Formats: sequence, C-alpha cells, structure tokens
Amino acid sequence: MSALLELEGVEARYGPVTALRGVDLRVDEGEVVAVLGANGAGKTTLLRAISSTVRRSGGIRFGGNEIRRRSPEAAARLGIAHVPEGRGTFVELTVAENLRLGAYTRRGPLKDDFARVHSYFPWLEDRARQQAGTLSGGEQQMLALARAVMQRPRLFLLDEPSLGLAPLLVAEIFRIVAELNEREGATVLVAEQNANAALQTAGRAYVLEVGRVVLSGGSDDLRADDSVRRTYLGY
Amino acid sequence: MASVESSPLNELRGRSGPLGAALDPVVLLLVAAAIALLVGCLRSAFFAQLTVEGLGLGAVYGGLALALVLVYRATHVINFAQGELAMATTYVAYQLMQWGFSYWEAFVATLAIAFVLGTVLQLAVIRPVQHRSVIAAVIVTVGLFILIDGVVNWIWGGNFKFMRSPFGTASFRVGGVTIQHLYVGMIGVVLACVVLVWALFRFTKLGLGMRAAALRPAAAAFVGVRVEWMLTLGWGLAAVLGAVAGLMAEPSQLFLTPTLMQQILVYAFAAAVLGGLESPAGAVVGGLAIGVFLTLVVGYVSAIGAELQLPVAFAVLLAILLVKPSGLFGKREVKRV
Amino acid sequence: MSTRLPALGSLVVVAAVLSALPFTLSDYHVALAAQVGIFFVGVLGLNILTGYSGQISIGHGAFMAIGGYTTAIMSRDHHTNLVLTMVMAFAICFALGLILGLPALRLSGVYLALLTFALAVSVPQLPLQYSTFLGGSGGVQSSTTVSNVWLYAAAWTCSAILFALAWLVLRGRTGRALRAVRDSEIAATASGVSLPLYKTFAFGISAAYAGVAGSLFVLATNGFAQPTEFSVTLSLQLLIGAAVAGLGSLWGVLAGAAFVGLLPQVSTSVPVIGSAHGRDVVFGAMVVLVMLVLPGGFAGLFDRLRALGRA
Repeated sequence: MSALLELEGVEARYGPVTALRGVDLRVDEGEVVAVLGANGAGKTTLLRAISSTVRRSGGIRFGGNEIRRRSPEAAARLGIAHVPEGRGTFVELTVAENLRLGAYTRRGPLKDDFARVHSYFPWLEDRARQQAGTLSGGEQQMLALARAVMQRPRLFLLDEPSLGLAPLLVAEIFRIVAELNEREGATVLVAEQNANAALQTAGRAYVLEVGRVVLSGGSDDLRADDSVRRTYLGY
Repeated sequence: MASVESSPLNELRGRSGPLGAALDPVVLLLVAAAIALLVGCLRSAFFAQLTVEGLGLGAVYGGLALALVLVYRATHVINFAQGELAMATTYVAYQLMQWGFSYWEAFVATLAIAFVLGTVLQLAVIRPVQHRSVIAAVIVTVGLFILIDGVVNWIWGGNFKFMRSPFGTASFRVGGVTIQHLYVGMIGVVLACVVLVWALFRFTKLGLGMRAAALRPAAAAFVGVRVEWMLTLGWGLAAVLGAVAGLMAEPSQLFLTPTLMQQILVYAFAAAVLGGLESPAGAVVGGLAIGVFLTLVVGYVSAIGAELQLPVAFAVLLAILLVKPSGLFGKREVKRV
Repeated sequence: MSTRLPALGSLVVVAAVLSALPFTLSDYHVALAAQVGIFFVGVLGLNILTGYSGQISIGHGAFMAIGGYTTAIMSRDHHTNLVLTMVMAFAICFALGLILGLPALRLSGVYLALLTFALAVSVPQLPLQYSTFLGGSGGVQSSTTVSNVWLYAAAWTCSAILFALAWLVLRGRTGRALRAVRDSEIAATASGVSLPLYKTFAFGISAAYAGVAGSLFVLATNGFAQPTEFSVTLSLQLLIGAAVAGLGSLWGVLAGAAFVGLLPQVSTSVPVIGSAHGRDVVFGAMVVLVMLVLPGGFAGLFDRLRALGRA
C-alpha cells in the first residue's frame, strides 16, 4: 500500500501563535487514520494545513506529488474532500443542491452518484427538496459527509464529525465511515476529540498535544497505553 | 418536518414547499395587490394604460435593481456606478448603430461588451477594495461614477442623441385600452433576461457555484468552487442586466443623454431595498411595484407631477428603511440549532 | 479638527498667505481660490459627519442646494443682505439636517449612503415641480451679484469662522463623544454617551456648513441658482473631499478642498483631456487610483506624508 498523504515537518501559525510544530504524518491508501487531541491541540489546524485553508510551511505530498497550488479550491480539485468543523453546509440551499455542490469538481452525469450516496444515507432521498437549514444538527453532519462522498475524493478529511452529536448518531457516523472504507477503500483522516469512537474505526492514530505529535501507533496499542487511557479514554 | 418558514417566493434559490409558500403574508399581499390591479384595469382604460406603463418602467427599474442585488450578494458592495455603467453600455449600442449595425445586432454585441466591462471592472477596481471598509467601497464606486460619466461626456458630448426605438411607436388596442408596443417590449425583454438569469442560477452547475460562492465562500471553496472567479462572473452578469435595463430605458425617454440612468438608479435602489438587498426575486418584484406605484400616483394625484417622482421615491425608500430594512423578501434564515 | 490647535505657526502661515493672495493673483485665480474656500466650508462640515461620527452621506449637495436657493430667493424677493442670507442658510440647513439625522440614526453605512444618494438626486427636482416659487429649470437670480474678491473674502472668512467654531465644539465633550461614537458605538453607549443626540447633532452641523457653502456657491455663479448646478456630482465631490481630509486636521481639510476645488479646473488645461468633461475623467480616475494604490485610502496618504515630515 502506498502512501497517499505524507507530511514532513509541517508548521503553521496564526499570527504570533504557532499552532503546529514539526508534524510528521502519513496516511496510506485505504487506511482510516485518526488524529486525537484535546481542544486547541491543533487537530483542526492540521486538517486545514492539508487542504491549504491555512498557510503552512514544511512538506506535504499527496499521491506522491508535492502540493503546489495552495488554495482550498485547488485541494478539492486534487481530490481532497475536507468536511470542516461546523460542517459547512449551505443552510440556505436544499439538500439536493448541497449534494450537487459536492460533485462540483466532477464532470459527467450524477445519477449513479446520487444512488451511491443514497445507499449510505437512505433517508436523504426523501429530503432532497428540503432546505438544509431545517435539518437537525446530526442530519446536517450526515449531509456534510454525504456531500464529501459525492465528490468521490481520494482522501476524506473529517474534522470532528462527532461534535455536538448524540452517542447514537456518533456511532452511526463512524459506522458509515467504516462502511465507506470497506466497500470503496476510502482513505480517511479523521480528527476527533471523541477518542473512543475514533479508535474503534481507525486502524492507526496520532495524538497531538500543543501542536506536536506526542504519540502514534496502531489503535489497539494506543487503547492499551496508560496515558492515552487516562487522558483521552477516560478510564 | 416542520413547515419551511423561509422567503418562499425565492424560486431562484430553488426551495421547496409550495404549500408553505402560499401562506406567507408577503405573498398574500402581492396576490391581493395583483388582483386589485387587475380589477382596476378591467374597470378603467386609463388605469390599465397607466398600469402597463408602470409595469414597463418597473421592469427597467427591476432589471437594474437585480444587477445591484447580484453585485451586493456576491461582493457585499453597493455599486453606485451601476447606473452609469448601464448608461455607458447604452451609448456603446448607440455608437454601434451609428456604424451601421441593426438594432438587435447592436443589442447582442452590447451585452457581450457589457459582460467584459463588468468583469474587468471587478478584477481591476473592486477586488482590491472588496474586503475593506464600507466607505472604501463606496468611494471607489463613487469615483467610478464620476469617471464613467466623464468618459461618456467626453466621447459623445452631453447633448441629445437620437436612438431608433426597436419597438416603434405603434400600439395595441385591446378593448378600448391603448397599449404601446414599447411598454410591452420593455416588460418582455427585461423579464426574458431575468428568467434566463434565474434559469442559470437554478439549473446550471455554474449558477449553483455562483450562489454557493455568494452565500458561503469558505464552504464553497471546500467543494472546489473558484470563489473569486464566481464573484467576477457575478459582476459581469450584473453589467449585462444593467445594459439591458439601459437599452430598454432609453426608448421611454425621448433622447439619449448621459443622465439617462441617474434617476433610474434611485428607483432601482428603492426597488432593491424594498425587495431585500439579498433577494433577486425581491428586486424584480420591487421594481415592478415601484414602477406601477409611481405611475399611478402621478396619474391620479394632480398635486404630484412627474417631477416629484424622485422625491416620492425618496420618501418610499425612507419609509422602507425605517419600517422594514430587510425588505419584503428579506432573508430570514432558518437554522435549527 | 484634531483637537490640538494646529500649530500656531501653521495658522499664521495660512492666514498670511490667504491675506496676500488676492493682491498677487489674477482675477481668474482669485475666483479659483474662492472656489477652494467654498469647498473648504463644505468639506469641513461633511468631514465632521464622516470623519468624526462615522456616518456616510452622499447627499450633502442637497443641503448646498437648499442653502444656495435660500440666498437666491431671499435676495430676489426681499433684497436681503447677502451675509444675512448666509446666516439664514446656516439655520435652515441646521434644522433640516437635524430632521434628516433622526431617521439616519437607524441606518447603517450602506443604507445611509443609499438614502442620502436618493436625497441628492431628489432635491434638485423640487424646483422643477414648484417652479413659481423656486424658479423651475430657469433658476432663480439674486438681485445683487458680487465680485470675485468679495467672494474670496467671504469664502475664507466663513472658513475661518467655521473652522474655529468646529475646533471649539470638537475639543470639548462633543468632540470626545463623537470620536467615541465613531470608534465604537457600543462602547460609547455603555459609557453613557447619548448616541442619538450626538449623531443627530453631527448631521445638523454638517448640513448647516453645506448650506453656507451652497450660498457662496450660488454667489460664485453670478447669484444664479439652478437645478443643474446641484447635480449628484456635487455631493460626490464633497464626499471625496471629506475622504481626502481624513480625520480633519487643518491641512487635511485644505487638501480635500483643494483636491476637489482645483483638480477639475486645473485638468482643463491638460491637452487632449482638456475639455470641460475631460476633467471629470481625470477626477474620477484619480479617486479610483488613490483608493487602489493606497491601503489607507486618502487618510493613509497623510499619515505617510506626516511621517516623512517627521523623519
């Protein structure tokens, strides 16, 4: 399995504050990798650095090539689907329009894609003409993920998909992520505070603290690790 | 699911819920007004004539208002020079006709030129100030106003020019009412353009991208929409609409002068505000409403002559801004937390 | 009007130059200098509104029209002393400005700009409708006309008086309140500043100044008040002048007045562009260019020049 995403010594700052320091990271094709950490650890910044939403220094290789054109639009065209914190749904548009936007960078007919998306999110089909803003928080999160699925990306970047969701929905979202990975070999990098849910779906994980990678390894190993258990898993 | 409480007349946003739409108070108001107008037309030939004239002029106001709204939605800038730009493109058409093109050839060519002008202006002049303060954007568009006005005066001079009207001076006679071809033409052409623009936004990927870029630029970038280019396109499209408005306005004045659009800009502002600055449908409906309102008022109230239309429009604008600044179709976002 | 009194030196220099000018310039140039003086008054007033209380108005040409017509009509019908008409213009426009200031309270930036633009275009229509009283498109002619030197003296004397008035008003509580309003309305209200009072006052006083400028303006055109003289462009010029003036130091306002008063005239002598309308091209282009090239707009230009001066 080849590396789809490689980060080397990536740094990012917001004004005088350094949010990421010397981060090395790797995601292979077909993997689900988690990035764990508390609030403010730099998880969101990491994803933003990958999708070029924030300025960064250091090397980022995607599919073997250095990412040159640094804008979120360019990242999307490369095949990176970033589902941001807060979902980024177009609340003023309908569900169907949100999905169509997901496929913005693709050419050709979308019928098959709609079918595909509905196979993961069957309830969306009935809501096609509903204004996205009238969906509940959990439903909007699902919609955001569905939009990413429409994009047929090479890499999913999911920023805290469980935020604000009831446990049942959290389980559902991660189940769908797992299904995406199994059925289509989707490569996913998910940033999460909810380490429990993330470690159940991801094969590997990195732990970020104050912008630095302090720990990394297989999910089972991390779950067994004492410090991780105490700090992030709560027992 | 609970009923959708958003601005329902907005087919431009492709929302659902025709049932919800029928119950909105604003829609009811408009339907009532339309019925009242219809009744008036049936009962009085004079009323009917005024209404048609009002709708014709109103279509022009609405067209320019739509241009203003498109620009505002995309870049959050009120383009004070929108009217002058429309006037300038009308002069371009005039010149093309002087050089031998037929009216409709000149019309199409002018629209293309207007598109280019609009995009160039946005790229050169507006992009740098888009993200700065309100007053910076106001001053730049004010400067453009003066510049464009000066250029037109310089090239063509300020005296009257005569443009052949595409609709001639003939009229229809329908049941005792004389309806000039001109007004029907104005309504037809402007509304045709509006419908085309609506279709662009509703049905095409590009239109969806433009809407997304205007609504949520950050989120749009995440799906690969080239946000800055969408904004530029918005300006180009607005310039085209302005050109149409100018070209349709000209036959209703006797001559072409550089002051063609200055008053119309005020009516367009009033229409845009009436409709809600972010509502394309509102701008068009607002324009029609203001056109009909002003024409009827001038026709029936003898104390108010044609020259007072502007002060009346000012009063209307003031009233709207005081009572309901978000306009009739003002965006009421529906968000569930 | 920064509250520091402009260095005594600056004042003396400016006063001396102004007193000497009429003796050294040709009549034509005296007329030009008078124009600058007229715009000084107008820009000063508008600057109090935009620079100080942060409200945008593209409609002060309307107040100039009102002031100008006041002078013309009072002179034509009652042969009133011209200076007295200017005082009347001040009072009438102050009242009207206060009245307009009230609804303006509820409007933010862009909406206020829209409304005042509509005002600027609407007011010149009134004489056309009420032509018996207001003279229609033919205009109103005052019964006396003045020489360029008189105009020069009147314009700059008014400028001096009104500048002093503005300085006095703004150095005290009012000035602090207005600056607080501009910088943060919320903080100002929280500190007990009565927002409506000061914002309305700013409107009133700026309108009053525009009224006086309008009186002088009409006198400058042979005492003839006509709707076409008070087109939208006049309001736009005032706004540009106020923007150039930045935060209203003496030099800022002078620069703004000079820019707006002189540039259109001066560009007449530039070849190719030199027709009457060419000057609008130059003026408009310059405005756009300055805003594009300078990050701080016109105000930024002054900060830089001042910094250079200190270096």
